[in-house]
Amino acid sequence: MMAWLAGMGGFVLDRLVRLGRANLFLLRLLGALRFLFQRPGLLIKQLYVVGVLSLPIILVSGLFVGMVLGLQGYANLVDFGATSSLGTVVALSLIRELGPVLTALLYAGRAGSALTAEIGLMKATEQLASMQMMAVDPFQRVLAPRFLAGCIAVPILTGIFTAVGILGGYVVSVIQLGVDGGAFWAQMQAKVQLFADVGNGVLIKSAVFGLLANWVALFEGYEALPTSEGVSRATTRTVVTTSLAVLGWDFLLTALMFGDW
Amino acid sequence: MSLSAIFPPELTPDITAVTVRGLSFYRDGRPIFDRVDLDIPRGKVTAIMGPSGTGKTTLLQLISGQLRPDAGRIEVDGVCVHELQRRDLYQLRQRMGMLFQSGALFTDLSVFENVAFPLREHTRLPETLIRTLVLMKLEAVGLRGARDLMPAQLSGGMARRVALARAIALDPLMILYDEPFAGQDPISMAVLVKLIRTLNDALGLTSIIVSHDVKETVAIADYLYLISAGRVVEHGTPRDLDCSASPWVDQFMHARPDGPMSFHYPAPPYFSDLLAEASA
Repeated sequence: MMAWLAGMGGFVLDRLVRLGRANLFLLRLLGALRFLFQRPGLLIKQLYVVGVLSLPIILVSGLFVGMVLGLQGYANLVDFGATSSLGTVVALSLIRELGPVLTALLYAGRAGSALTAEIGLMKATEQLASMQMMAVDPFQRVLAPRFLAGCIAVPILTGIFTAVGILGGYVVSVIQLGVDGGAFWAQMQAKVQLFADVGNGVLIKSAVFGLLANWVALFEGYEALPTSEGVSRATTRTVVTTSLAVLGWDFLLTALMFGDW
Repeated sequence: MSLSAIFPPELTPDITAVTVRGLSFYRDGRPIFDRVDLDIPRGKVTAIMGPSGTGKTTLLQLISGQLRPDAGRIEVDGVCVHELQRRDLYQLRQRMGMLFQSGALFTDLSVFENVAFPLREHTRLPETLIRTLVLMKLEAVGLRGARDLMPAQLSGGMARRVALARAIALDPLMILYDEPFAGQDPISMAVLVKLIRTLNDALGLTSIIVSHDVKETVAIADYLYLISAGRVVEHGTPRDLDCSASPWVDQFMHARPDGPMSFHYPAPPYFSDLLAEASA
Protein backbone atom coordinates (compact mmCIF):
# COMPACT_ATOMS: atom_id res chain seq x y z
CA MET A 1 0.00 0.00 0.00
CA MET A 2 2.80 2.37 1.01
CA ALA A 3 4.73 1.47 -2.12
CA TRP A 4 1.63 2.21 -4.22
CA LEU A 5 1.17 5.56 -2.50
CA ALA A 6 4.84 6.39 -2.95
CA GLY A 7 4.57 5.44 -6.62
CA MET A 8 1.53 7.65 -7.08
CA GLY A 9 3.24 10.52 -5.27
CA GLY A 10 6.30 10.14 -7.45
CA PHE A 11 4.16 10.11 -10.58
CA VAL A 12 2.29 13.27 -9.55
CA LEU A 13 5.53 15.04 -8.67
CA ASP A 14 7.03 14.05 -12.03
CA ARG A 15 3.97 15.43 -13.84
CA LEU A 16 4.16 18.69 -11.89
CA VAL A 17 7.87 19.09 -12.64
CA ARG A 18 7.17 18.44 -16.33
CA LEU A 19 4.33 20.97 -16.31
CA GLY A 20 6.68 23.54 -14.77
CA ARG A 21 9.29 22.82 -17.42
CA ALA A 22 6.65 23.16 -20.14
CA ASN A 23 5.63 26.57 -18.79
CA LEU A 24 9.23 27.77 -18.63
CA PHE A 25 9.67 26.48 -22.18
CA LEU A 26 6.63 28.50 -23.31
CA LEU A 27 7.93 31.65 -21.62
CA ARG A 28 11.29 31.31 -23.35
CA LEU A 29 9.52 30.63 -26.63
CA LEU A 30 7.37 33.76 -26.30
CA GLY A 31 10.48 35.78 -25.46
CA ALA A 32 12.17 34.53 -28.65
CA LEU A 33 9.30 35.66 -30.90
CA ARG A 34 10.63 39.20 -31.25
CA PHE A 35 13.61 37.77 -33.19
CA LEU A 36 11.17 37.08 -36.04
CA PHE A 37 10.85 40.81 -36.75
CA GLN A 38 14.48 40.64 -37.92
CA ARG A 39 14.02 37.41 -39.89
CA PRO A 40 10.48 37.26 -41.32
CA GLY A 41 11.68 34.82 -43.98
CA LEU A 42 11.96 32.08 -41.36
CA LEU A 43 8.30 32.57 -40.43
CA ILE A 44 7.12 32.53 -44.04
CA LYS A 45 8.97 29.28 -44.74
CA GLN A 46 7.35 27.61 -41.73
CA LEU A 47 3.92 28.96 -42.66
CA TYR A 48 4.32 27.06 -45.89
CA VAL A 49 5.52 23.89 -44.13
CA VAL A 50 2.90 23.70 -41.37
CA GLY A 51 0.08 25.60 -43.08
CA VAL A 52 0.09 25.18 -46.84
CA LEU A 53 1.23 21.56 -46.71
CA SER A 54 -1.62 20.77 -44.28
CA LEU A 55 -4.21 22.05 -46.76
CA PRO A 56 -4.94 18.76 -48.58
CA ILE A 57 -5.94 16.88 -45.41
CA ILE A 58 -7.94 19.86 -44.16
CA LEU A 59 -9.79 20.33 -47.46
CA VAL A 60 -10.67 16.67 -47.93
CA SER A 61 -11.64 16.15 -44.26
CA GLY A 62 -13.73 19.33 -44.19
CA LEU A 63 -15.59 18.32 -47.32
CA PHE A 64 -16.47 14.86 -46.00
CA VAL A 65 -17.42 16.09 -42.54
CA GLY A 66 -19.76 18.67 -44.10
CA MET A 67 -21.29 16.05 -46.38
CA VAL A 68 -21.88 13.67 -43.48
CA LEU A 69 -23.47 16.48 -41.46
CA GLY A 70 -25.76 17.22 -44.39
CA LEU A 71 -26.83 13.58 -44.66
CA GLN A 72 -27.32 13.06 -40.91
CA GLY A 73 -29.06 16.39 -40.44
CA TYR A 74 -31.44 15.69 -43.33
CA ALA A 75 -32.29 12.20 -42.01
CA ASN A 76 -33.28 13.68 -38.64
CA LEU A 77 -34.96 16.91 -39.78
CA VAL A 78 -37.02 15.46 -42.61
CA ASP A 79 -39.38 13.73 -40.10
CA PHE A 80 -40.28 17.12 -38.67
CA GLY A 81 -40.46 18.92 -41.99
CA ALA A 82 -37.62 21.15 -40.82
CA THR A 83 -35.12 20.53 -43.61
CA SER A 84 -34.98 24.26 -44.29
CA SER A 85 -32.97 24.51 -41.03
CA LEU A 86 -30.31 22.20 -42.41
CA GLY A 87 -28.02 25.10 -43.33
CA THR A 88 -28.09 26.35 -39.76
CA VAL A 89 -27.42 22.90 -38.31
CA VAL A 90 -24.45 22.29 -40.61
CA ALA A 91 -23.01 25.78 -40.16
CA LEU A 92 -23.37 25.99 -36.37
CA SER A 93 -21.99 22.47 -35.85
CA LEU A 94 -18.96 23.30 -37.93
CA ILE A 95 -18.36 26.85 -36.73
CA ARG A 96 -18.84 26.24 -33.01
CA GLU A 97 -17.39 22.76 -32.55
CA LEU A 98 -16.35 20.50 -35.38
CA GLY A 99 -14.30 23.04 -37.31
CA PRO A 100 -11.96 24.12 -34.49
CA VAL A 101 -11.75 20.70 -32.80
CA LEU A 102 -11.27 18.52 -35.87
CA THR A 103 -8.83 20.97 -37.44
CA ALA A 104 -6.74 20.94 -34.25
CA LEU A 105 -6.82 17.13 -34.10
CA LEU A 106 -5.89 16.81 -37.78
CA TYR A 107 -3.17 19.45 -37.34
CA ALA A 108 -1.74 17.54 -34.36
CA GLY A 109 -1.63 14.34 -36.40
CA ARG A 110 -0.18 15.89 -39.54
CA ALA A 111 1.97 18.89 -38.54
CA GLY A 112 2.35 18.50 -34.75
CA SER A 113 3.81 15.01 -34.97
CA ALA A 114 6.12 16.17 -37.76
CA LEU A 115 7.32 19.11 -35.64
CA THR A 116 8.07 16.80 -32.70
CA ALA A 117 9.93 14.31 -34.87
CA GLU A 118 11.91 17.08 -36.58
CA ILE A 119 12.99 18.79 -33.36
CA GLY A 120 13.63 15.46 -31.63
CA LEU A 121 15.84 14.28 -34.49
CA MET A 122 17.67 17.61 -34.61
CA LYS A 123 18.42 17.05 -30.94
CA ALA A 124 19.40 13.40 -31.41
CA THR A 125 21.78 14.27 -34.27
CA GLU A 126 23.33 17.14 -32.27
CA GLN A 127 22.09 19.77 -34.73
CA LEU A 128 20.60 21.86 -31.92
CA ALA A 129 23.80 21.52 -29.88
CA SER A 130 25.93 22.51 -32.87
CA MET A 131 23.69 25.54 -33.40
CA GLN A 132 24.24 26.56 -29.77
CA MET A 133 27.98 26.06 -30.22
CA MET A 134 27.80 28.46 -33.18
CA ALA A 135 26.25 30.98 -30.76
CA VAL A 136 22.85 30.70 -32.44
CA ASP A 137 19.89 30.29 -30.10
CA PRO A 138 17.68 27.40 -31.33
CA PHE A 139 14.71 29.04 -29.61
CA GLN A 140 15.04 32.03 -31.92
CA ARG A 141 16.21 30.27 -35.07
CA VAL A 142 14.28 26.99 -34.97
CA LEU A 143 11.49 26.92 -32.40
CA ALA A 144 9.98 30.42 -32.50
CA PRO A 145 9.29 30.46 -36.28
CA ARG A 146 7.59 27.07 -36.08
CA PHE A 147 5.54 28.10 -33.05
CA LEU A 148 4.28 31.38 -34.49
CA ALA A 149 3.65 29.85 -37.91
CA GLY A 150 1.58 27.10 -36.30
CA CYS A 151 -0.37 29.59 -34.19
CA ILE A 152 -1.20 31.61 -37.31
CA ALA A 153 -1.93 28.56 -39.47
CA VAL A 154 -4.42 26.77 -37.20
CA PRO A 155 -7.12 29.53 -37.19
CA ILE A 156 -6.75 29.96 -40.97
CA LEU A 157 -6.99 26.19 -41.50
CA THR A 158 -10.04 26.16 -39.21
CA GLY A 159 -11.71 28.83 -41.34
CA ILE A 160 -10.95 26.85 -44.50
CA PHE A 161 -12.14 23.58 -42.93
CA THR A 162 -15.41 25.22 -41.87
CA ALA A 163 -16.02 26.89 -45.25
CA VAL A 164 -15.36 23.70 -47.18
CA GLY A 165 -17.52 21.76 -44.71
CA ILE A 166 -20.46 24.11 -45.29
CA LEU A 167 -19.93 23.69 -49.02
CA GLY A 168 -19.96 19.90 -48.59
CA GLY A 169 -23.19 20.17 -46.59
CA TYR A 170 -24.68 22.32 -49.36
CA VAL A 171 -23.72 19.86 -52.09
CA VAL A 172 -25.35 16.93 -50.27
CA SER A 173 -28.45 18.63 -48.95
CA VAL A 174 -29.30 21.00 -51.82
CA ILE A 175 -27.91 19.32 -54.92
CA GLN A 176 -28.36 15.68 -53.92
CA LEU A 177 -31.29 15.65 -51.46
CA GLY A 178 -33.28 18.53 -52.92
CA VAL A 179 -33.41 20.91 -49.96
CA ASP A 180 -34.26 24.45 -51.04
CA GLY A 181 -31.05 26.35 -51.66
CA GLY A 182 -32.48 29.74 -50.73
CA ALA A 183 -33.73 28.41 -47.40
CA PHE A 184 -30.38 26.72 -46.76
CA TRP A 185 -28.46 29.99 -47.03
CA ALA A 186 -31.15 32.27 -45.60
CA GLN A 187 -31.58 30.23 -42.40
CA MET A 188 -27.83 30.10 -41.98
CA GLN A 189 -27.53 33.85 -42.47
CA ALA A 190 -30.29 34.49 -39.95
CA LYS A 191 -29.07 32.19 -37.20
CA VAL A 192 -25.27 32.36 -37.36
CA GLN A 193 -23.86 35.37 -35.51
CA LEU A 194 -20.54 36.87 -36.45
CA PHE A 195 -19.06 37.51 -33.01
CA ALA A 196 -20.92 34.98 -30.84
CA ASP A 197 -20.44 32.05 -33.23
CA VAL A 198 -17.68 32.78 -35.74
CA GLY A 199 -15.64 34.90 -33.31
CA ASN A 200 -15.85 32.44 -30.44
CA GLY A 201 -15.62 29.27 -32.50
CA VAL A 202 -13.41 29.87 -35.49
CA LEU A 203 -11.23 32.59 -33.97
CA ILE A 204 -10.87 32.18 -30.20
CA LYS A 205 -11.20 28.41 -29.93
CA SER A 206 -8.88 27.73 -32.84
CA ALA A 207 -6.34 30.25 -31.52
CA VAL A 208 -6.29 28.44 -28.15
CA PHE A 209 -6.07 25.04 -29.83
CA GLY A 210 -3.31 26.27 -32.13
CA LEU A 211 -1.28 27.48 -29.18
CA LEU A 212 -1.82 24.18 -27.34
CA ALA A 213 -0.98 22.00 -30.35
CA ASN A 214 2.24 23.84 -31.20
CA TRP A 215 3.37 24.25 -27.61
CA VAL A 216 2.95 20.53 -26.93
CA ALA A 217 4.58 19.49 -30.22
CA LEU A 218 7.67 21.66 -29.78
CA PHE A 219 8.06 20.91 -26.08
CA GLU A 220 7.84 17.15 -26.63
CA GLY A 221 10.41 17.36 -29.44
CA TYR A 222 12.78 19.52 -27.39
CA GLU A 223 12.50 17.25 -24.35
CA ALA A 224 12.67 13.98 -26.32
CA LEU A 225 15.34 11.50 -25.35
CA PRO A 226 17.98 11.64 -28.11
CA THR A 227 17.35 8.08 -29.30
CA SER A 228 15.08 6.60 -31.96
CA GLU A 229 12.81 5.19 -29.26
CA GLY A 230 12.78 8.55 -27.44
CA VAL A 231 11.72 10.43 -30.57
CA SER A 232 9.09 7.80 -31.35
CA ARG A 233 7.60 8.06 -27.85
CA ALA A 234 7.66 11.86 -27.97
CA THR A 235 5.79 11.84 -31.29
CA THR A 236 3.11 9.56 -29.85
CA ARG A 237 2.85 11.73 -26.73
CA THR A 238 2.35 14.82 -28.90
CA VAL A 239 -0.71 13.38 -30.64
CA VAL A 240 -2.20 11.92 -27.43
CA THR A 241 -1.54 14.99 -25.25
CA THR A 242 -2.74 17.46 -27.89
CA SER A 243 -5.91 15.48 -28.54
CA LEU A 244 -6.78 15.28 -24.84
CA ALA A 245 -5.85 18.92 -24.23
CA VAL A 246 -7.92 20.12 -27.18
CA LEU A 247 -10.99 18.10 -26.11
CA GLY A 248 -10.65 19.20 -22.47
CA TRP A 249 -10.18 22.85 -23.36
CA ASP A 250 -13.04 22.62 -25.86
CA PHE A 251 -15.38 21.67 -23.03
CA LEU A 252 -14.13 24.54 -20.88
CA LEU A 253 -14.37 27.09 -23.68
CA THR A 254 -17.79 25.85 -24.79
CA ALA A 255 -19.07 26.13 -21.23
CA LEU A 256 -17.73 29.68 -21.00
CA MET A 257 -18.89 30.80 -24.44
CA PHE A 258 -22.18 29.02 -24.96
CA GLY A 259 -23.06 27.54 -21.54
CA ASP A 260 -25.89 29.06 -19.56
CA TRP A 261 -23.85 29.53 -16.35
CA MET B 1 56.26 19.11 -15.64
CA SER B 2 54.54 22.50 -15.81
CA LEU B 3 53.30 24.01 -19.04
CA SER B 4 55.57 27.02 -18.76
CA ALA B 5 58.57 24.71 -18.72
CA ILE B 6 57.48 23.07 -21.96
CA PHE B 7 56.20 26.12 -23.81
CA PRO B 8 58.26 29.21 -22.87
CA PRO B 9 56.04 32.24 -22.07
CA GLU B 10 57.91 34.49 -24.49
CA LEU B 11 56.69 32.27 -27.31
CA THR B 12 53.11 31.99 -26.10
CA PRO B 13 51.95 35.05 -24.15
CA ASP B 14 49.17 34.26 -21.67
CA ILE B 15 50.07 30.62 -21.90
CA THR B 16 46.85 28.88 -20.97
CA ALA B 17 43.70 29.14 -23.05
CA VAL B 18 41.64 26.92 -20.76
CA THR B 19 42.10 26.42 -17.03
CA VAL B 20 40.18 23.78 -15.13
CA ARG B 21 40.43 23.67 -11.35
CA GLY B 22 38.82 21.21 -8.95
CA LEU B 23 36.24 20.10 -11.52
CA SER B 24 33.64 17.67 -10.19
CA PHE B 25 30.70 16.52 -12.25
CA TYR B 26 28.07 13.90 -11.49
CA ARG B 27 25.56 12.19 -13.75
CA ASP B 28 22.65 10.38 -12.07
CA GLY B 29 24.65 10.46 -8.83
CA ARG B 30 27.65 8.76 -10.49
CA PRO B 31 30.88 10.78 -10.43
CA ILE B 32 32.17 11.48 -13.95
CA PHE B 33 34.92 13.86 -12.78
CA ASP B 34 36.32 14.10 -9.29
CA ARG B 35 38.39 17.24 -8.55
CA VAL B 36 40.10 17.36 -11.95
CA ASP B 37 42.74 20.00 -12.77
CA LEU B 38 43.72 20.76 -16.38
CA ASP B 39 45.59 23.45 -18.31
CA ILE B 40 45.17 23.72 -22.08
CA PRO B 41 48.08 25.63 -23.64
CA ARG B 42 47.27 28.39 -26.09
CA GLY B 43 48.18 27.88 -29.74
CA LYS B 44 48.87 24.18 -29.33
CA VAL B 45 47.14 20.91 -30.09
CA THR B 46 46.14 19.31 -26.79
CA ALA B 47 44.68 15.83 -26.71
CA ILE B 48 42.48 14.45 -23.97
CA MET B 49 42.58 10.71 -24.15
CA GLY B 50 41.17 7.82 -22.25
CA PRO B 51 39.08 4.69 -22.64
CA SER B 52 35.48 4.86 -23.87
CA GLY B 53 33.01 6.08 -21.29
CA THR B 54 35.45 8.09 -19.20
CA GLY B 55 33.71 11.39 -19.87
CA LYS B 56 35.92 12.87 -22.59
CA THR B 57 32.99 14.30 -24.53
CA THR B 58 31.46 15.49 -21.25
CA LEU B 59 34.66 17.43 -20.61
CA LEU B 60 34.30 19.22 -23.96
CA GLN B 61 30.68 20.02 -23.11
CA LEU B 62 31.81 21.46 -19.78
CA ILE B 63 34.55 23.56 -21.38
CA SER B 64 32.12 24.92 -23.98
CA GLY B 65 29.46 25.70 -21.37
CA GLN B 66 26.92 23.14 -22.61
CA LEU B 67 27.02 21.58 -19.14
CA ARG B 68 27.60 23.12 -15.71
CA PRO B 69 30.02 21.54 -13.26
CA ASP B 70 28.82 20.45 -9.81
CA ALA B 71 31.99 21.89 -8.28
CA GLY B 72 35.15 23.62 -9.43
CA ARG B 73 35.92 26.27 -11.99
CA ILE B 74 36.42 26.27 -15.76
CA GLU B 75 37.98 29.35 -17.34
CA VAL B 76 38.28 30.01 -21.06
CA ASP B 77 40.42 33.03 -21.89
CA GLY B 78 40.25 33.98 -18.22
CA VAL B 79 36.44 33.97 -18.18
CA CYS B 80 34.56 31.53 -15.96
CA VAL B 81 32.36 29.77 -18.51
CA HIS B 82 29.63 28.45 -16.23
CA GLU B 83 29.05 31.82 -14.57
CA LEU B 84 28.25 33.56 -17.86
CA GLN B 85 24.76 34.68 -18.84
CA ARG B 86 23.48 33.15 -22.10
CA ARG B 87 24.27 36.27 -24.13
CA ASP B 88 27.87 36.42 -22.86
CA LEU B 89 28.30 32.69 -23.37
CA TYR B 90 27.19 33.07 -26.98
CA GLN B 91 29.69 35.93 -27.40
CA LEU B 92 32.43 33.62 -26.14
CA ARG B 93 31.29 30.79 -28.42
CA GLN B 94 31.72 33.00 -31.47
CA ARG B 95 35.42 32.58 -30.74
CA MET B 96 35.12 28.80 -30.38
CA GLY B 97 34.40 26.14 -32.96
CA MET B 98 33.38 22.59 -32.23
CA LEU B 99 33.55 19.52 -34.42
CA PHE B 100 30.92 17.07 -33.24
CA GLN B 101 31.47 13.35 -33.47
CA SER B 102 28.52 12.99 -35.83
CA GLY B 103 29.38 16.14 -37.80
CA ALA B 104 25.96 17.53 -36.80
CA LEU B 105 25.39 19.10 -40.23
CA PHE B 106 21.97 20.62 -40.84
CA THR B 107 20.27 18.00 -42.97
CA ASP B 108 17.96 20.46 -44.74
CA LEU B 109 20.85 22.64 -45.96
CA SER B 110 23.41 21.92 -48.69
CA VAL B 111 27.13 21.74 -47.97
CA PHE B 112 27.53 25.35 -49.09
CA GLU B 113 24.65 26.57 -46.91
CA ASN B 114 25.94 24.63 -43.91
CA VAL B 115 29.30 26.39 -44.10
CA ALA B 116 27.63 29.72 -44.81
CA PHE B 117 25.27 29.31 -41.84
CA PRO B 118 27.45 30.93 -39.11
CA LEU B 119 28.47 33.71 -41.52
CA ARG B 120 24.87 34.53 -42.33
CA GLU B 121 23.87 34.42 -38.66
CA HIS B 122 26.65 36.57 -37.25
CA THR B 123 27.73 38.90 -40.03
CA ARG B 124 26.08 41.22 -42.51
CA LEU B 125 28.53 40.45 -45.28
CA PRO B 126 27.39 40.79 -48.90
CA GLU B 127 26.50 37.56 -50.66
CA THR B 128 29.55 37.69 -52.95
CA LEU B 129 31.89 37.85 -49.96
CA ILE B 130 30.06 35.04 -48.18
CA ARG B 131 30.45 32.93 -51.32
CA THR B 132 34.16 33.64 -51.46
CA LEU B 133 34.66 32.81 -47.77
CA VAL B 134 32.67 29.59 -48.00
CA LEU B 135 34.62 28.45 -51.04
CA MET B 136 37.90 29.25 -49.23
CA LYS B 137 36.86 27.18 -46.21
CA LEU B 138 35.68 24.31 -48.41
CA GLU B 139 38.92 24.46 -50.39
CA ALA B 140 40.85 24.16 -47.12
CA VAL B 141 39.13 20.84 -46.40
CA GLY B 142 39.26 19.71 -50.03
CA LEU B 143 35.51 19.76 -50.65
CA ARG B 144 34.98 22.84 -52.80
CA GLY B 145 33.60 20.57 -55.52
CA ALA B 146 31.00 19.11 -53.14
CA ARG B 147 29.37 22.45 -52.34
CA ASP B 148 26.02 21.55 -53.89
CA LEU B 149 25.66 18.13 -52.26
CA MET B 150 23.27 17.52 -49.39
CA PRO B 151 24.59 16.02 -46.12
CA ALA B 152 22.81 12.71 -46.86
CA GLN B 153 24.96 12.36 -50.00
CA LEU B 154 28.26 12.64 -48.08
CA SER B 155 30.39 9.85 -46.63
CA GLY B 156 31.21 9.99 -42.92
CA GLY B 157 34.67 11.40 -43.59
CA MET B 158 33.36 14.04 -45.97
CA ALA B 159 30.64 15.08 -43.50
CA ARG B 160 33.28 15.52 -40.82
CA ARG B 161 35.38 17.69 -43.16
CA VAL B 162 32.36 19.85 -44.05
CA ALA B 163 31.67 20.22 -40.33
CA LEU B 164 35.29 21.27 -39.88
CA ALA B 165 34.93 23.90 -42.61
CA ARG B 166 31.81 25.19 -40.83
CA ALA B 167 33.65 25.20 -37.48
CA ILE B 168 36.37 27.47 -38.89
CA ALA B 169 33.96 29.70 -40.85
CA LEU B 170 34.12 32.50 -38.30
CA ASP B 171 37.89 32.14 -37.81
CA PRO B 172 37.67 31.02 -34.16
CA LEU B 173 40.56 31.14 -31.73
CA MET B 174 39.87 27.66 -30.41
CA ILE B 175 38.45 24.46 -31.86
CA LEU B 176 37.16 21.50 -29.88
CA TYR B 177 37.26 18.16 -31.69
CA ASP B 178 35.04 15.37 -30.38
CA GLU B 179 36.39 12.00 -31.54
CA PRO B 180 37.41 13.32 -34.98
CA PHE B 181 38.90 9.98 -36.11
CA ALA B 182 36.16 7.62 -34.95
CA GLY B 183 34.80 5.39 -37.71
CA GLN B 184 37.02 6.83 -40.46
CA ASP B 185 38.67 4.84 -43.21
CA PRO B 186 42.50 5.06 -43.29
CA ILE B 187 42.60 7.69 -46.04
CA SER B 188 39.97 9.94 -44.41
CA MET B 189 41.75 9.53 -41.11
CA ALA B 190 45.12 10.53 -42.58
CA VAL B 191 43.49 13.55 -44.25
CA LEU B 192 41.84 14.64 -41.02
CA VAL B 193 45.04 14.20 -39.00
CA LYS B 194 46.96 16.38 -41.45
CA LEU B 195 44.12 18.88 -41.68
CA ILE B 196 43.82 19.41 -37.93
CA ARG B 197 47.54 20.04 -37.56
CA THR B 198 47.72 22.28 -40.63
CA LEU B 199 44.72 24.36 -39.60
CA ASN B 200 46.05 24.75 -36.08
CA ASP B 201 49.41 26.04 -37.31
CA ALA B 202 48.14 28.10 -40.24
CA LEU B 203 45.35 29.84 -38.33
CA GLY B 204 47.14 30.06 -34.99
CA LEU B 205 44.38 28.12 -33.24
CA THR B 206 44.18 26.37 -29.92
CA SER B 207 42.96 22.84 -30.58
CA ILE B 208 41.53 20.41 -28.06
CA ILE B 209 41.08 16.88 -29.34
CA VAL B 210 39.14 14.26 -27.47
CA SER B 211 39.98 10.81 -28.78
CA HIS B 212 40.98 7.26 -27.99
CA ASP B 213 42.81 6.74 -31.27
CA VAL B 214 46.31 6.74 -29.80
CA LYS B 215 48.46 6.59 -32.94
CA GLU B 216 46.71 9.36 -34.85
CA THR B 217 46.30 11.65 -31.86
CA VAL B 218 49.86 11.29 -30.61
CA ALA B 219 51.08 12.09 -34.13
CA ILE B 220 49.72 15.64 -34.00
CA ALA B 221 49.35 16.49 -30.29
CA ASP B 222 51.74 18.83 -28.52
CA TYR B 223 50.41 17.90 -25.11
CA LEU B 224 48.40 14.96 -23.78
CA TYR B 225 46.09 14.34 -20.84
CA LEU B 226 45.09 10.80 -20.01
CA ILE B 227 41.93 10.50 -17.96
CA SER B 228 40.27 7.51 -16.41
CA ALA B 229 37.69 6.93 -13.68
CA GLY B 230 37.08 10.65 -13.29
CA ARG B 231 40.69 11.65 -12.72
CA VAL B 232 43.72 12.77 -14.71
CA VAL B 233 45.99 9.73 -14.65
CA GLU B 234 48.95 11.30 -16.46
CA HIS B 235 49.82 14.30 -18.58
CA GLY B 236 52.76 15.57 -20.57
CA THR B 237 54.19 15.65 -24.05
CA PRO B 238 53.82 12.56 -26.25
CA ARG B 239 57.46 11.71 -25.56
CA ASP B 240 56.90 11.94 -21.77
CA LEU B 241 53.94 9.61 -21.92
CA ASP B 242 55.61 7.18 -24.24
CA CYS B 243 58.36 6.75 -21.65
CA SER B 244 56.03 6.79 -18.63
CA ALA B 245 56.65 4.19 -15.95
CA SER B 246 52.96 4.03 -15.08
CA PRO B 247 51.55 0.58 -15.96
CA TRP B 248 48.18 2.22 -16.74
CA VAL B 249 49.77 4.63 -19.22
CA ASP B 250 51.81 1.83 -20.71
CA GLN B 251 48.72 -0.32 -21.20
CA PHE B 252 46.71 2.50 -22.82
CA MET B 253 49.43 4.01 -24.99
CA HIS B 254 50.56 0.64 -26.32
CA ALA B 255 47.09 -0.93 -26.51
CA ARG B 256 48.00 -3.90 -24.31
CA PRO B 257 45.11 -6.26 -23.48
CA ASP B 258 46.51 -7.00 -19.99
CA GLY B 259 47.15 -4.37 -17.38
CA PRO B 260 45.60 -2.44 -14.51
CA MET B 261 42.69 -1.29 -16.65
CA SER B 262 39.95 -3.91 -16.63
CA PHE B 263 38.09 -4.87 -19.79
CA HIS B 264 35.00 -5.74 -17.75
CA TYR B 265 32.47 -3.32 -16.35
CA PRO B 266 32.30 -3.70 -12.53
CA ALA B 267 30.19 -6.77 -11.71
CA PRO B 268 29.76 -9.40 -8.98
CA PRO B 269 31.91 -12.56 -9.28
CA TYR B 270 31.10 -14.45 -12.48
CA PHE B 271 30.53 -17.83 -10.82
CA SER B 272 28.16 -16.53 -8.14
CA ASP B 273 26.31 -14.50 -10.78
CA LEU B 274 25.73 -17.63 -12.88
CA LEU B 275 24.56 -19.64 -9.87
CA ALA B 276 22.27 -16.87 -8.57
CA GLU B 277 19.53 -17.71 -11.09
CA ALA B 278 19.69 -21.42 -10.34
CA SER B 279 19.49 -20.96 -6.57
CA ALA B 280 16.63 -18.46 -6.95
